[in-house]
Amino acid sequence: MAVYDSVLDLIGNTPIVDVSQLSPNPKVRILAKLEGQNPAGSVKDRIALAMIEAAEADGTLSPGRIIVEPSSGNTGIALAMICRLKGYRLKIVLPESVTVERRQMLEAYGAEIIPSPGGEGSNGAVRLAQRLADENPDWVFLYQYGNEANPTAHYNTTGPEILRDVPEITHFVAGLGTSGTLMGVGTFLKEQKPEVKIYAVEPPSGERVEGLRSLDDGYVPPVFEKWGGMELLDGKRIVRPIESLEWTRRLVVDAGIFAGPSSGAALAGAVKVAQRIDEGTIVFIVCDGGWKYLSTGAYTGDLEATAENLDKIIYF
Amino acid sequence: MPTVSVRLPTVLRPAAGGQSSVEATGDTIGDVVKSLIAAHPGLETNLVDENGDVRRFVNVYVNDEDIRFLDKLDTKVADGDEVAILPAVAGG
Repeated sequence: MAVYDSVLDLIGNTPIVDVSQLSPNPKVRILAKLEGQNPAGSVKDRIALAMIEAAEADGTLSPGRIIVEPSSGNTGIALAMICRLKGYRLKIVLPESVTVERRQMLEAYGAEIIPSPGGEGSNGAVRLAQRLADENPDWVFLYQYGNEANPTAHYNTTGPEILRDVPEITHFVAGLGTSGTLMGVGTFLKEQKPEVKIYAVEPPSGERVEGLRSLDDGYVPPVFEKWGGMELLDGKRIVRPIESLEWTRRLVVDAGIFAGPSSGAALAGAVKVAQRIDEGTIVFIVCDGGWKYLSTGAYTGDLEATAENLDKIIYF
Repeated sequence: MPTVSVRLPTVLRPAAGGQSSVEATGDTIGDVVKSLIAAHPGLETNLVDENGDVRRFVNVYVNDEDIRFLDKLDTKVADGDEVAILPAVAGG
């Protein structure tokens, strides 16, 4: 093994593991790309580094500057690790409805947390961060939902890695948050192999969101619209917390992969695809490890009670 | 005509007498939405725009699949199907 100069050099090039023992169809392989292997623990390391490097390159970001960003956790944690190493101050607008481990990791890396109302979910954090960025023009607002470096990072790294390791891929499944993973990987795969199908999964978190005056307060990330998400995706489904948990536990118990609940949701989506096709090879994204969700009882708690807990927090 | 259940998000419940789930009828999602609005007129401006299309920040699902990637308002429904209406929400 090589000796690396910095932990930042460990971002990307994540391994893919065959978990076809979980496939309902013997002619369909299911493969898991383990993004939890990134140094700050999630797929978001890729976009955090790409957004910071892009802002450094265009002069937006210089030493001593303050960065503000809304995040339900993983992007914030990745930015916090990178900002610590590079000497930027970081403020994360974090919904109060996230797990205590996410907050602790941000604190461990020295980020300042600006809480946003839990009932407003991620949409509320985005609104508050936008307002703070408007009020403080000297702060640097990376805005992952509209930053081209987000999908571009996946177009340049995650997508090529998948095609290099699994040239026989027929279907790709990932969670929809900022849409960066799906837009970047999906665009790359369809350019190289147009017959590949791209599927999104999402939690039903809009069901409980409060503080909306109407549905027009809903939010579609600019990245999704700019990269033509409506045309790019072949399907999108919601996976409810209980189903996400069931598949998260199967990943742990049957494949030894200790992943977070959004990875179980992606696996649930992959299984649905496997049931509908005759044969093929599905790659799905395990976006983080399970460490940040232990406090929810996700792995050992009563299934229905834990699903109800999960329904109240943001895990995508 | 098929009868389906429609799950409503918190934000829309006041317009449907506080219910979290209501019944509606129709052969397609477009008909289901019309029957829903006929029973609960307060939902109309929240669900559809002036052309009768589903509003931009509204997602409609049949048995958990987003209709925008099926046949949109022409998506067929069957008796007992579960329809869910949710506002679009960010993650990350």
